[in-house]
Amino acid sequence: MDLLNALALLSNYVLVPALAYGSQLALGALGVTLIFGILRFSNFAHGDTMAFGTMVTILFTWWFQSMGLHLGPLPTALLALPFGIAFCAIFVLVSDRLVYRFFRTQRADPVIYLIASVGIMFITNGLVRFIIGPDDQNFSDGERFIIKAGDFKKLTGLSEGVSIKLTQGITVITMIVVIFLLFWFLNRTRAGKSMRAYSDNEDLALLSGINPDRVVAITWIIAAALATIAGTLYGLDKSFKPFTYFQLLLPIFAAAIVGGLGNPLGAIAGGFVIAFSEIMVTYAYKRFIGYIGPNDWTPDGLVQLLSTDYKFAVSFVILLLVLLVRPNGIFRGTGT
Amino acid sequence: MRNVIYFLIMAGLLVLVGEFQSWNLSLSILNLCLISAVMALGVNIQWGYAGLFNVGIMGFAALGGLAATLVSVPPVYEAWSAGGTGVLLGTLALILTVLAAVFSYRRMQGRSFRMLVVVLISISGYAIMRSLFDPAADAIEKVNPSSTGFLGGLGLPILIAWPVGGVLAGAAAWVVGKITLGLRADYLAIATLGISEIIVAMLKNEDWMTRGVRNVVGLPRPVPYEIDLQQSDWFIQLSNRLHTDPVTFSSIFVKLCYAGLFATVLLIVLYLSEKALRSPWGRMMRAIRDNEVSANAMGKHVTARHLQVFVLGSAVVGIAGAMLTTLDGQLTPSSYQPLRFTFLIWVMVIVGGSGNNWGAVLGGFVIWFFWIQSEPMGIWLMDVATSHMGSDNALREHLVDSAQHMRLMTMGVILLLTLRFSPRGLLPEKTGRN
Repeated sequence: MDLLNALALLSNYVLVPALAYGSQLALGALGVTLIFGILRFSNFAHGDTMAFGTMVTILFTWWFQSMGLHLGPLPTALLALPFGIAFCAIFVLVSDRLVYRFFRTQRADPVIYLIASVGIMFITNGLVRFIIGPDDQNFSDGERFIIKAGDFKKLTGLSEGVSIKLTQGITVITMIVVIFLLFWFLNRTRAGKSMRAYSDNEDLALLSGINPDRVVAITWIIAAALATIAGTLYGLDKSFKPFTYFQLLLPIFAAAIVGGLGNPLGAIAGGFVIAFSEIMVTYAYKRFIGYIGPNDWTPDGLVQLLSTDYKFAVSFVILLLVLLVRPNGIFRGTGT
Repeated sequence: MRNVIYFLIMAGLLVLVGEFQSWNLSLSILNLCLISAVMALGVNIQWGYAGLFNVGIMGFAALGGLAATLVSVPPVYEAWSAGGTGVLLGTLALILTVLAAVFSYRRMQGRSFRMLVVVLISISGYAIMRSLFDPAADAIEKVNPSSTGFLGGLGLPILIAWPVGGVLAGAAAWVVGKITLGLRADYLAIATLGISEIIVAMLKNEDWMTRGVRNVVGLPRPVPYEIDLQQSDWFIQLSNRLHTDPVTFSSIFVKLCYAGLFATVLLIVLYLSEKALRSPWGRMMRAIRDNEVSANAMGKHVTARHLQVFVLGSAVVGIAGAMLTTLDGQLTPSSYQPLRFTFLIWVMVIVGGSGNNWGAVLGGFVIWFFWIQSEPMGIWLMDVATSHMGSDNALREHLVDSAQHMRLMTMGVILLLTLRFSPRGLLPEKTGRN
């Protein structure tokens, strides 16, 4: 019984949150890795692109809510999501047209793109703060839980409950659907195949008649969609604050690099590696040890490896370890 | 010639602010301009000389600020007796763990076995460190938490903190650079971004060292206090002779003292940077930047040179960070914002002219000036643009309230415009023989 309680405790505080967080990171890292694979630079503006897409989604959500439009138990934000994606796609396409395309025709050094993306990040960040303000915004509505801790206890007779928030369920399901669609697109459609060809060998792809502008535009649209979905799910699950999205940049990049930059499968794996390590390292194991330890013994301290204030240190350390041991990531990426 | 004109225009702007707003404001802008210029020089050493993209300037500046606190604040003896030994032992355990891990990684054979041993050493070392450290930190934080609750510093003059800040920042840069240099440029960027976030998180949360978000206030000054000046005879006589009010003049006098100190540092760093750039070492760095492959073929150790220049540049940023905390007179960890400390400095370097030290200094002055002045300008602009809307219009209120975020956008636009239309900046790098 104690063992089951310990497992329930761990699922509640580690497994379920890490699955949701990992899905959000994986979606974010996919966007970063796609941009890297096709356009060959690390897009520092990705966190703020997420914030922009989420902001549009929130604005539409509020509008729908004021009209009385809702999805029953599901959050209204899902209804607003397509609009968020559309606006975010327009935004990144415009920024590509105005900024990146010039450097592409110049065949500029990758580090110039990096600095340009920092400039875009500035502008996006300012724009988001200008429109919606720098504060926390809560926009989740509908049911709150799939399973409440109390119901779980009654159902199983355990003294530890497992609660699953609706947003966590939606996050995982959406992630699976999106990844399925993305891989179907990359592997089965003509446009997707041309993207992969372009990523593998640009010159050869150009020779075989692939239109680079089209490939780049499709990549931006997909990246914008992934960013908006990841951002909205994160905002539903936690809350929306522009600065948090900027800070998400580090775990997202860590996930993409751990998985191998430019490798979509790696980005997904990397997202979960980062999320699970972050939550496992910052979880206080005191009660868990109390259950599996001998009789009624519980440790005095919290048995927390690292305080949650340092959760970014986890992604950072993993990033450094990967760079030390396997600079190309777990799954070999295009970076060297 | 171009140099002189630009700097004269800049001086003219500061004089205008002095005449039309106030000399106090003008001098505070000047002081921060000087500090920004030193920081921009540090970044220029990394980016302009060697083409290294450091996104963690905030962290290195914060380390400088930490040095200012640790050197200048008087020690809290009660806290030292409560947990001093524990903290020292914990630090010792940490150092030993790292040494043991590195040693076994270097010396042992067999890939998986070696990794296993390193992981075991790290975990057990970490556990030992925490068991020594945590009780000590708790004990220290319990000592009179409302006014101290930290170990304090060494009680030395704060000017010593400036080089110490440079050393701290350089050491952190060495660790990051050792791991990430030699890989893709993007990896260095991400890693520096990470280390700066961690350093700032440390300042915010390690209360035994920095008092965390409760801030360390009242750092000793390297210059006289206004109140002392106002009471000393020579000062009153001086201000009478200049026909000024002693109270206003005292604050101007203090700011002038700071400006003198900062200008001295700026001139020293600028002189050394120029000397270095014009030496064989500087030519080698530029050769490496422009073509790594051929520099390597000429027998230059590219990664080692990158590491050297990365450490040097970060040390300069650390010095500037210590200067900034000295000027503020307090360490406020929550004031370290990446947009203000990292990206603004980048805009300074790019706009000023990457690779040109004078350009970096000019960029520091120009961008800081507009960063300060763009807020009132933005609010005024919004006010004028929305004046037809009526004073209680919700949209108008929102726009006027949000005008402060305009400066982020302005800086981004300035960066992108420079990058596209004038990538060499206001004062382009001089190349070739002249």
